[in-house]
Amino acid sequence: MREQQAGWEVAMEHEKEKAILEILEQDARTTPEQIAAMLGLEVEQVRQAIRRLETAGIIRRYKTVIDWDRFGEEQVFAFIDVKVSPAREVGFDDVAERIYRFPQVHAVYLVSGDHDLRVIVSGRTMKEIAAFVAERLAPLDRVQATYTQFVLKRYKEDGEVYAEAEPDRRLVVAP
Amino acid sequence: MKPLSQAVASVPPSGIRRFFDVAAQLEDCISLGVGEPDFVTPWHIREAAIWAIEKGFTTYTSNYGLFTLRQRIAAHLKARYGVEYSPESEVLVTVGVSEGLDIALRALVNPGDEVILFEPSYVSYVPCVLFAGGTPVCLPTDYRNGFQPDVERLRRALTHRTKAILLCYPNNPTGAVATRETLEEIVRLAVEHDVYLVSDEIYDRLVYETEHTCVAALPGAAERTILLGGFSKSYAMTGWRIGYACAPAPLLEMMMKVHQYTMLCAPIVAQKAAEEALERGETEVERMRREYDRRRRLVVERLNDMGLECVPPQGAFYVFPSIRCTGLSSEEFTERLLWEERVAVVPGNVFGASGEGHVRLSYATSLPKIEEALRRIERFVLRHRG
Ligand SMILES: Cc1ncc(COP(=O)(O)O)c(C=O)c1O
Repeated sequence: MREQQAGWEVAMEHEKEKAILEILEQDARTTPEQIAAMLGLEVEQVRQAIRRLETAGIIRRYKTVIDWDRFGEEQVFAFIDVKVSPAREVGFDDVAERIYRFPQVHAVYLVSGDHDLRVIVSGRTMKEIAAFVAERLAPLDRVQATYTQFVLKRYKEDGEVYAEAEPDRRLVVAP
Repeated sequence: MKPLSQAVASVPPSGIRRFFDVAAQLEDCISLGVGEPDFVTPWHIREAAIWAIEKGFTTYTSNYGLFTLRQRIAAHLKARYGVEYSPESEVLVTVGVSEGLDIALRALVNPGDEVILFEPSYVSYVPCVLFAGGTPVCLPTDYRNGFQPDVERLRRALTHRTKAILLCYPNNPTGAVATRETLEEIVRLAVEHDVYLVSDEIYDRLVYETEHTCVAALPGAAERTILLGGFSKSYAMTGWRIGYACAPAPLLEMMMKVHQYTMLCAPIVAQKAAEEALERGETEVERMRREYDRRRRLVVERLNDMGLECVPPQGAFYVFPSIRCTGLSSEEFTERLLWEERVAVVPGNVFGASGEGHVRLSYATSLPKIEEALRRIERFVLRHRG
């Protein structure tokens, strides 16, 4: 009976934290006071939960979604599929690590299919990315082939649609 | 020229639109006056409708509506509330709850029949009763008990002329949800006095910290209840003009007759969209409901903090706070708030006399806008408090 009770409390705590995370994921600047009001919790409870989520590495950090193009700073992105021969003990991990340490690398995934790693890279120009592939990626030990696709237009990224926002088409007042 | 229809002329023009030509012109005005979701219809529903148009679904349907949609509506109501309606003869697809309400009253009312409703109420109820030739009997409710319908008052208002009781829970404009016990008592009274029940449950999916009670599911209710349900609010589909009415076959047949000769059928594209909504809309309904719930808690807390008292509403997307602390009437409050702070709300008196001293705020607006509006309202209240 007590075990069941404890299990239930853990589940409730999980739901609460999940709701806090969802709110912060939408807008990291929502204050603990606002979150507390929105979820019917005490402010101190929310503060504690956020602290716990930060220390546990669940909240990695707070960042801002920026449309750099609109700001006038153009950036080029490329998807690079990389074929790698795996090594005993480490598989693909060591190669992945050597790649993701480059700051211009945005993402590295191990994927199923024809290639092994999918790398997302940014640069100021296509030439810069081409140089990165030729001088940094391709020569790495055990990298057998690379296949580069440049991004021509970004429509949606991380849930964010990069088009003009739809206007609110509703009447100012409705019954 | 000869005078026009008396029934129509007797209905005053809508109070809700009065200030709002002004509001529409004001730059930087935030509207909390909108009675429809700020979400657009979920994409999968819009996409299904586009597909339907591409496939040539452009015709009339059966007067009752597409059979496949009626089946889904019946299955949905059975699964959620345990009420059973035959998709052949007890489900009618309507052009919104608006049409359902109109034809329900026209099917029920003879000249002089009384229809009882609780105020503050949705703005269409009194006019629709009048258009149907009935006499509206409005019973006030009070914010101090959360706008619960007063069963004693109802008992006293029932006469031999009473034909129907019109219910709307969750409620527009108060957000109130009647308790199951209260609704059971109302059903008992309806049975005792042999009157019909018309239950507008358009906000059934938008309830918070409680469960929705479907009136038709209560003991003794089904045989005398017209259940009105919709897609406008739950699925953010106000512009599609689609809803449904459910009632015992002989009663529905009467409504169907009016529908058949006035509307013919609901738009087929909207019917296809509604099918998709019932089939796969659950995740989106819950996502929107959760979002409304968070805004609701925030708004209620802030309003109470600034002295605009409100009992936390448990449904729909409205709060209906008392503005007594400002000493202003509903219309003065609304008008001054609009001019001084550029926030549009709806004066409570347009929902009936017992709405005086209140305003309706809708939280179907993005959170940043709600917060800015609350800051402005707070400034306004501080200025006007004695
Ligand atoms: C209580 C109530 N009933 C009915 C309606 C109309 O709904 P529909 O869009 O289905 O005609 C509304 C819309 O505001 C409402 O608030």
